[in-house]
Amino acid sequence: MKFGIVTFPGSNCDVDALHAVTDQLGQTAVSLWHRDHDIQGCDVLILPGGFSYGDALRAGAIARFSPIMQEVIAHAERGAPVIGICNGFQILCESHLLPGALMRNAEMQFICDWVHIRTEGKAPMYLGGYEPSQVLRIPVAHGEGRFAADESTLDALEQNEQVVFRYCNGSGAITDAANCNGAMRNIAGIVNVNRNVLGMMPHPERAVESLLGSTDGLPLFESLLAQVGA
Amino acid sequence: MSTTISAVQPRPGDPAITPELVAEHGLTPFEYEKLLGLLGREPTFTELGIVSALWSEHCSYKHSRPVLKTLPTEAPYVLQGPGENAGVISVGDGWAVAFKIESHNHPSAVEPYQGAATGVGGILRDVFTMGARPIAMLNSLRFGSLDTPRVRWLMAGVVKGIGDYGNCIGVPTVAGDVMFDPAYEGNPLVNAMCVGLMREDELITAKAEGVGNPILVVGARTGRDGIHGASFASEDLSEENEAKRPRVQVGDPFTEKLLLEASLELIRSGHIVAIQDMGAAGLTSSSAEMAERGDVGVVIDVTKVPVREEGMTPYEILLSESQERMLVVARRGHEEQAAAILRKWDLQAEVIGEVIAEPVYRVVEGDRVVAEFPGSRLVTECPQYFPEARESDVIVALRARDPHAVAERDEEADPVWTLTQLLSSPTIANKRWIYRQYDSQVRTSTVVGPGAADAAVVRLRGTNKALALKTDCNSRYVYLDPRMGGRIAVAEAARNVACTGGRPMAITNCLNFGNPKKPDVFFQFREAVFGMGEACRALGTPVTGGNVSLYNENPLGAVFPTPTVGMVGLIENIDHVTRSSFRTAGDSIILLGESTDELGASEYLSRVHNLTIGAVPSVDLDHEKRLVDALLAAIAAGVVHSAHDTSEGGVAVALAECCMGDRDATLGATVDVSEALVSSDRALLWGEAQGRVLVSTADVEGVLGIARAHGIAARTIGLVTAESRLVIRAGARTLDTPLAPLADAYFDAIPALMQRAAMATT
Repeated sequence: MKFGIVTFPGSNCDVDALHAVTDQLGQTAVSLWHRDHDIQGCDVLILPGGFSYGDALRAGAIARFSPIMQEVIAHAERGAPVIGICNGFQILCESHLLPGALMRNAEMQFICDWVHIRTEGKAPMYLGGYEPSQVLRIPVAHGEGRFAADESTLDALEQNEQVVFRYCNGSGAITDAANCNGAMRNIAGIVNVNRNVLGMMPHPERAVESLLGSTDGLPLFESLLAQVGA
Repeated sequence: MSTTISAVQPRPGDPAITPELVAEHGLTPFEYEKLLGLLGREPTFTELGIVSALWSEHCSYKHSRPVLKTLPTEAPYVLQGPGENAGVISVGDGWAVAFKIESHNHPSAVEPYQGAATGVGGILRDVFTMGARPIAMLNSLRFGSLDTPRVRWLMAGVVKGIGDYGNCIGVPTVAGDVMFDPAYEGNPLVNAMCVGLMREDELITAKAEGVGNPILVVGARTGRDGIHGASFASEDLSEENEAKRPRVQVGDPFTEKLLLEASLELIRSGHIVAIQDMGAAGLTSSSAEMAERGDVGVVIDVTKVPVREEGMTPYEILLSESQERMLVVARRGHEEQAAAILRKWDLQAEVIGEVIAEPVYRVVEGDRVVAEFPGSRLVTECPQYFPEARESDVIVALRARDPHAVAERDEEADPVWTLTQLLSSPTIANKRWIYRQYDSQVRTSTVVGPGAADAAVVRLRGTNKALALKTDCNSRYVYLDPRMGGRIAVAEAARNVACTGGRPMAITNCLNFGNPKKPDVFFQFREAVFGMGEACRALGTPVTGGNVSLYNENPLGAVFPTPTVGMVGLIENIDHVTRSSFRTAGDSIILLGESTDELGASEYLSRVHNLTIGAVPSVDLDHEKRLVDALLAAIAAGVVHSAHDTSEGGVAVALAECCMGDRDATLGATVDVSEALVSSDRALLWGEAQGRVLVSTADVEGVLGIARAHGIAARTIGLVTAESRLVIRAGARTLDTPLAPLADAYFDAIPALMQRAAMATT
């Protein structure tokens, strides 16, 4: 399987995503430049974390106008996998590939920490490798990660089983104390209606090696390989 | 560029050169005489500005250089010692590590957010201009008491500034040290260290070479911000400094990220011969230093420099400290290829001058020569001073006081009270409130991040090796005994690095002191540097560069002398990485080194009795070297489950910390730290005798044997227990407590203080 990882000016988790899919999963990956239109035949596109365009205006607000985003949107519309992590999630929301928005963290500070999230919803492409309601230990690192949407959008996301990760405590309970950024309904990650576009604030690419503290992000990528075919 | 040059002439509208103007530029009459001699004529206003910057303490090291020259700088693996943008050491397999620490104290004192942010930006540029990709940041911070609203505002701003800059650029902030004392009330210290990785053959230096090669300015446009920042950093702070806020630069980490990627691509492209950050004193300093290193002349046309606003004078353009700019010497004929790389990253590059054979430093404004100095003498002939050094009688008296004569407070009848006081002292308390605002994991190589071991561990991807990184300086020690304090700063950093399994390799230092013209301050400076040098020689860790920050004082006095050490250690085998917290119930706890009756200069005296008195614990450098070797041998033998050195708060605090790796940790300990030769129970618990490390192990004989072989005293003091309880017997005293209240004190102290800040300011 071939992964394409988009580098916008200011992306800084692009290399980490590249290492995760090549070193840990043994897959092919290429770096895609924001000004290009060619996605080089990639099967999966990843919009990585970072501060594209220095978060000018709003996180992700300018990156959505990059030439490569036309191809990302076309790829998503074909039903092919697109993953937005952290700043990538913000860009997907700004591009309207996903509903909602990411606001300043409730405590108004950048947070880098280990958190727990729980799997739920229906997204076999990404969750196939997890147990239902599995609790994952995974890093977050963001200043604007508080998921927000109007009530009807939130209801629709839940009814459609598009919420795939929620912040929880170590035993899987969805609590306010475990909600690191104050996200509405503890939402950490969602998919689109077609379940091929995933956006999440936590960093699965930082949780693929026991040396660095967790391998709970690996099944996410392995699910893709199993579902889409290596 | 025109090569027929007329004589230097003042610009219309330049102020007349008067003694007052000379004084305003920080030049003494003696220095001005020297300048007249160098030029053989009166300087122009532009020239006066240039010299004022280059001969400022910040750029010239005029008071510190002779003392700095005594530091050891060599080892077989040192590829680049002091004098470049950063030091470089080889770590084997063709890999090299560039690293340096630098201060941004003065700007942070008046504008903490931008001051700290631009400090991070500057040190990053110092490292990537060597050709190295930054892989880790550290910072060493000193503040007054968090009980003061202004100090809380300063800390909140500094932490956010460091975080926002480092997070955005994508370099993890992995370690540091923070200390609080009223001595820093008006002058916080913000020292930032950057560590970068490169292939040995990618090393590039900032040396202008090749007559005819074009000189380019790259990156941000030049504005009026930061003019005279270098001179500002070379004087005491006063209330007038509020008015100097415009001298603080504004950082743009997004542009810096582009500059980082573009610079590394440029260096690897072979289209350039040299590159340098435009830091303190901006274009003036970068161009003059590059010329001096290359032993060539340069000519710069200020009209070619892209500016942010109309009507900037040569004086302003030369002295601006606008951030995110670099000076590049390209290969002649390769300008277009270099510019293409920069355009890819949306960056501007303009040719502003060239390298010339004639040994002069010449600045032109179109056809007019506005400044011209003979050769590199501008840099090399800066005056040097050998100030008088004399220890303050006040400090001699403080040191002479007997800490054992200090009566105990009633509350101390229960040592749990004292331990709780110490664990909630901001200097000792957990720093999660700070480091949670730093992305410590980006680049996915942080094996041990902040708070989990005595030093951070960053793996070197593609090898089986890792770096152990730490900053350290107990400045209370340096204040009471600068020679001993200087030694301890190095020894403690080495101990910390060794506790994680790293071999101490080299240091960078950031020397933060008061006004060197005061004999007592210069005494502190000289003695501390001598002490550092002794320790560096004993431990085999040369100094590869650093920074001197003087004039850290205000009308109330100088800061504690703070010679911060930034140490790089090498972990040869990633499997050897060792953390500080206990791992397994039933393990034995071994104390390496010996406790003493020393209690002076301790955090205990400061926190519990509000006293900074007594003799500083003495450090035996030969013992420290053997301790490092013993630790590394025991770790390599696989017999060490955890290792943690004892520092502020003594053995009792160190044991509590070993039990509290994180808030949910549940392993306790039961120990007896009594020693036949130590009569003071207070010293047993809270004394800060040097050269001690707590090790937990399942193989007692293994550890003891290795310690014996290295001549290190070692004995089993107790066990790691499954009960979350800490029990310490010390002579006649017993400390016995559940861990939960200790954890509350340790983890909640700083958040509780800063919560008050949030409520006060919003």
